[in-house]
Amino acid sequence: MSKETEKSNDAAAASATGSHALQFGTAWQYESATEGTDHFEIAERYDLFVDGEFVAPQSGEYFATINPATGEPLCEVASANAADVDRAVAAAKAALPGWKRKSGDERARYLFRIARILQERAREFACLETLDNGKPIAETRDVDVPLAAQHFFYHAGWADKLDLLFPGRVPVPVGVIGQVIPWNFPLLMAAWKIAPALAGGNTVVLKPAETSPLTALRLAEVFQQAGLPAGVVNFVTGDGATGQALVRHPDLDKVAFTGSTEVGKDIQQAVAGRGVDLTLELGGKAAHIVFEDAAIDQAVEGVVRGIFFNQGHVCCAGSRLLVQESVHDLFVRKLARRMERIRVGNPLDKNTDMGAIHSAAQLARIEELVAAGVDEGATLHQSSCELPGQGFWFAPTMFTNVALSHRIAREEIFGPVLSVLTFRTPEEAVEKANNTSYGLSAGIWTDKGARILWLADRLRAGVVWNNTFNRFDAASPFGGFKESGFGREGGRAGMRAYVRLQDGLSAG
Amino acid sequence: MSQSSSPVEFRVPPVDAVALETRAAALGTRSIKRAAKISGLKLAVAMMDLTTLEGQDSPGKVRQLCQKAKRPLPARDEVPSCAAVCVYPDLVPEAVAAVAGSGVAVASVATGFPAGRIDRAFKLREVERAVADGASEIDMVIDRGAFLSGRYGEVYDEICAVKAACGAAHLKVILETGELKTYDNVRRACRIALLAGADFLKTSTGKVSPASTRPVVLLMLEAVRDHYLETGTIVGVKAAGGIRTSKDALRYLVLVNETCGDLWMTPKYFRFGASSLLNDVLMQLEKERTGRYQRPVDFSAD
Repeated sequence: MSKETEKSNDAAAASATGSHALQFGTAWQYESATEGTDHFEIAERYDLFVDGEFVAPQSGEYFATINPATGEPLCEVASANAADVDRAVAAAKAALPGWKRKSGDERARYLFRIARILQERAREFACLETLDNGKPIAETRDVDVPLAAQHFFYHAGWADKLDLLFPGRVPVPVGVIGQVIPWNFPLLMAAWKIAPALAGGNTVVLKPAETSPLTALRLAEVFQQAGLPAGVVNFVTGDGATGQALVRHPDLDKVAFTGSTEVGKDIQQAVAGRGVDLTLELGGKAAHIVFEDAAIDQAVEGVVRGIFFNQGHVCCAGSRLLVQESVHDLFVRKLARRMERIRVGNPLDKNTDMGAIHSAAQLARIEELVAAGVDEGATLHQSSCELPGQGFWFAPTMFTNVALSHRIAREEIFGPVLSVLTFRTPEEAVEKANNTSYGLSAGIWTDKGARILWLADRLRAGVVWNNTFNRFDAASPFGGFKESGFGREGGRAGMRAYVRLQDGLSAG
Repeated sequence: MSQSSSPVEFRVPPVDAVALETRAAALGTRSIKRAAKISGLKLAVAMMDLTTLEGQDSPGKVRQLCQKAKRPLPARDEVPSCAAVCVYPDLVPEAVAAVAGSGVAVASVATGFPAGRIDRAFKLREVERAVADGASEIDMVIDRGAFLSGRYGEVYDEICAVKAACGAAHLKVILETGELKTYDNVRRACRIALLAGADFLKTSTGKVSPASTRPVVLLMLEAVRDHYLETGTIVGVKAAGGIRTSKDALRYLVLVNETCGDLWMTPKYFRFGASSLLNDVLMQLEKERTGRYQRPVDFSAD
């Protein structure tokens, strides 16, 4: 391998001088293929969803949600205060006895119905998610919405088989669950949270992210359409104060949170000593580990998917690339070339690969950390793509010559920014990959089976992908180590987080 | 020239099948509409090696095919000629006469197509004869038996020998990826052919299933791209067999466009080997022009 590697390195070094450059973009250009948005309506104003219907907030206040691709407001959404949260929790509490008395089979039927309606209305959900979040339609169409439906289908399957999951124990519902979700996968995170909760016989009050509430509110319409009993799921929209009021509410039996580590720690303190169950899915600073024997071209694709998928707004994003020194130069050249090919622009265009940064605040955070990277001496590589004039945008970015001590190697950027570091031996790769406060995910790129298993054993990460990245499935548990949180979502482990187990033989 | 090269030179990076197929599928979701579709389809016509490779081929059939290649849609001047006609060696004189002066090239399969199971001396004789008869492109088959038993040097030597026999004619090397079975094998066969001086890498004879697939062509495009970056030499790719619809053709063009870029977006460096594809492309072009689908019988069945 080494001879070959050297050879291609030398040759590639020669080509790096520019003598044999590839050219793109003039021979054949795709016309814009914009997905239409006239097949559904966005109301001027959305109320809270409490006890099966949309109700005006007692706060009397509304706030605007913005299309990140244009910076223009889409509509207004109710701001729930403590009294609104109280009302929603009371509705969930009132609905609990009826819901948990239903047989698993009955609960399954609601979940199947919800999943099917989501599939039927997939195009509408995909478009709305793209408008409210800024992510490309190709992703909402092919990832967010199908996966959200899959989570409802999958947990419908468990609803009447819970006793099979926990042999010799009796699973009972936890009770009323408060859930707070982030803005990066608004619909999908709602599905991840709600589907297992309902399958387990719990009732829910969920707070969508302040900046991306629209698909959750539309999901409320789906629940109505599916005939889900009133109060089983309630949505309270609002900012951090609404979330605080929810997680501190005394009538909750469990809190489930996905979001930043900072807020997660605050929630953990708030529920401490109250007998409230808690699952946290927090930040990450995942490492790709690329060995010299990896399938290089496919590894480049995987690294691109790992960091530029969803504009890098992914808690498990592969934001650190650890590449074996012997292939570093080759890999970085291929990656830089590939970054140039990422189509950044109108998220509704079906040919767009990367959409808008979700908010002005997130853009400022990314810009701050990228400036820190430059300031601390790392080498900046950025796609030369043209960015739209309005809205929030950031070009695909990579840093080389990154040291483990750099902020860009330690802090979660939550944007399309990759930090490249090198390693020489498998031991060094493990040490560097684990040298982070987080532990959500990791990726191993090698052709050698034994090495994959050796590494997977040693990586302190909840999800370890091998020769792929950012792949999700409802049957596969997702969750973190260390400051990336605890508890799992998806699979049997995910179902465990939404039941309490009592001793004794189950009746089933 | 015909000295065996050391196997170490044929070592290639491994290929991950799942990830390769994922990438090919992802590029397959590009939405090509309106002007982009029309220009893409016209380019596909210009890149076509219109092919007939049947035991029943006759001079009359070849003349018809050549007429179609020269003017695929006589009433519409904006539809370009095909790049070449591709025929068996004994029909090369007929084809050369039929396309004379049109700019359409004559490609001949050779080296005991499709199996290649004849003595090398006969293979070379066949190539020389086709070239002497006026074929300007030779589509050879590699020795898959030698390849699969690990005799890579022999495969390399034979390509070198055929290349020498081609003289000024362009050499397309058919890997017959449907018989190589694994992407790792395809990648290695690409490297052997590139080192041996191929002008084009071609997927398939069309006689083995599967013939051309998008993941295989993506892999071959990556191979010629990296070869160009290493050496400065542009080698073409020909996707042959199994490509029947306009949608398919456009998806292949997307692979070329986003993997190799502008330099390859020309008949000089990318070809489709096909027969039934042409009429489907013509039907789509007419649909774009008139807004209505024509019947299949409205297009000549050559």
